[in-house]
Amino acid sequence: MKPVKVLTLSALLGSALVLGACNGGADAEPGKEDTEQAETGDAQLQGEISVDGSSTVYPIMEAVSEEFMMEQPDVKVTVGLSGTGGGFEKFVAGETVMSNASRPIKDEEAAALKEAGIEYTELELAYDGLSVAVNKDNDWVDQLTVDELKKMWVDNGKAKKWSDIREGWPEEEIKFYSPGTDSGTYDYFNEVILEEAQIDKSATLSEDDNVLVQGVTGDKNAIAYFGYAYYLENKDSMKVVPIVGESGEAVEPTHETIESGEYAPLSRPLFTYVSNKAIKEDEAVAGYVQFLLENAGVLSEDVGYVSLPQEKYDEQISTLEGLK
Amino acid sequence: MEKVERINSEEMVGRIDGRLAKNKVVKGLFFAATAFTSIILIVLLVRIISQGAPYLSWDFLQNFASRRPEQAGIKAAVIGTIWMMAVVIPSAAIFGVGTAIYLEEYAKKNAVTRWIQMNISNLAGVPSVVFGLLGLTIFVRLFGFGNSILAAGFTMALLVLPVIIVAAQEAIRAVPGEIKEASYGLGATKWQTISRVVLPYALPGILTGSILAFSRAVGETAPLVVIGIPTFVAFLPSGIFDSFTALPMQIYNWTSRPQIEFHNLAAAGIIVLLVVLILMNSVAVWIRNRFQSR
Repeated sequence: MKPVKVLTLSALLGSALVLGACNGGADAEPGKEDTEQAETGDAQLQGEISVDGSSTVYPIMEAVSEEFMMEQPDVKVTVGLSGTGGGFEKFVAGETVMSNASRPIKDEEAAALKEAGIEYTELELAYDGLSVAVNKDNDWVDQLTVDELKKMWVDNGKAKKWSDIREGWPEEEIKFYSPGTDSGTYDYFNEVILEEAQIDKSATLSEDDNVLVQGVTGDKNAIAYFGYAYYLENKDSMKVVPIVGESGEAVEPTHETIESGEYAPLSRPLFTYVSNKAIKEDEAVAGYVQFLLENAGVLSEDVGYVSLPQEKYDEQISTLEGLK
Repeated sequence: MEKVERINSEEMVGRIDGRLAKNKVVKGLFFAATAFTSIILIVLLVRIISQGAPYLSWDFLQNFASRRPEQAGIKAAVIGTIWMMAVVIPSAAIFGVGTAIYLEEYAKKNAVTRWIQMNISNLAGVPSVVFGLLGLTIFVRLFGFGNSILAAGFTMALLVLPVIIVAAQEAIRAVPGEIKEASYGLGATKWQTISRVVLPYALPGILTGSILAFSRAVGETAPLVVIGIPTFVAFLPSGIFDSFTALPMQIYNWTSRPQIEFHNLAAAGIIVLLVVLILMNSVAVWIRNRFQSR
């Protein structure tokens, strides 16, 4: 046996993958040139933009970044989906320049940003309508008022039956499916429906809205809420519940009622928060935000959301001009 | 005269029948268990393949992520995973095998060593999310690596390290004492014995264990989510300090989208991930066979 040979061979085998991978990018290794500096006078921008936050807003940012990088291939945009809260944590830590949110920023998050010395601007990108849905075979629920929703979802220490909510409904236990407590979707529902009260403890919580869709399509006594796009995609296998808001009329979530704000209070804006400093100092970021506001309308419709009225985008573009 | 006990052939035939019947029942049970697992695996594979295969194409491997399912691809994720493994493999292998050699060959068998040993075994069972939090605190924040390949690679290396250490220890322990004694008898030093006798002998075991551990690193999502690895990345990394995305992140994102087309894309991504894993495991088997036949 030739021990040296054995060792050499083992080293080769052990690191075969490594070498293979390294060779691919070895020539570009020292490529950390001054990518931060954007070229002046030219339309071609350079730089790195890191965006993170809500998984609800993610599809819009993915679409915008995809289009943006076709025009500006030297700007490296990365978009993550750590969730609204997780995104803000990174934004506070200075790890991202933009943070997506499916709810307005919370006071404590704003305070943390202030403490970190990060000034930010809130941008509205699109609307989403939180859709409340029940099983297809549920023939008793025709509409729900906000109060009934609250009564249903807030924990009262015992199992609730449909008959507890309204006379004449079946005496069967309600099964709840809700987005996880980390999501902005939950936060929004918590604010407008639960009003900070404890959600029913028997509720199945999931970060993946498809799990909620499966729950509500598979159980006659289930009720769930999730983003409008999830309802739209599964329209035929569930029943959406019209909601009676302040207007006193039952409104079903549709493109029109969400856009007009008639579907209240469950129609919500989707946001991104951008660092003012980044807009001012990094032309790539400024260019990206400009592109975002110019195209968010069309692209958010493309991925299943409802665009804002054009004036809103125009207003925000002029706000941006002031920040540059 | 004492009565001689003779074998009662009739009774024996009866008992043999009973034993054979028992044998059949047990065989049937084990076969049923195997069949059950195989059927589940087959159902899973058939479902994934029938869902994902139509989306598998050269374009799928060559394109970046996109909002249009028909144009979306996993180039950045595949290359990102390879880059990450290029960090995971050497770092985990060096620290893992090094620790194993120390614990088996150098460390005194005392309470401290036993305590370390116990902790390593426990670490192997710690959920991967916890390693993600560790990676976020130490590599991303404290060392300032950000959500780079390096941070993710080190986090994954930590995750698989206990498994590699235990596997390498087992392999080293299996080296027959006589061979080591013979080496010492010829006047070899400890290091000479380790490098020329122990390691070559233990190598197949170490490599098999390690590659199985690396396969785990390829498929893990939770630590990557925790350390904030982005999902949309439409460029290839050019160094270990660059941002990247990995296969499980892309699959995770696609499965949580509302549109059914994205779920199919996720299935296609899973097929690619499975192929990568099967390739890695085949390498493990190949290495083992090759070295064992020496």
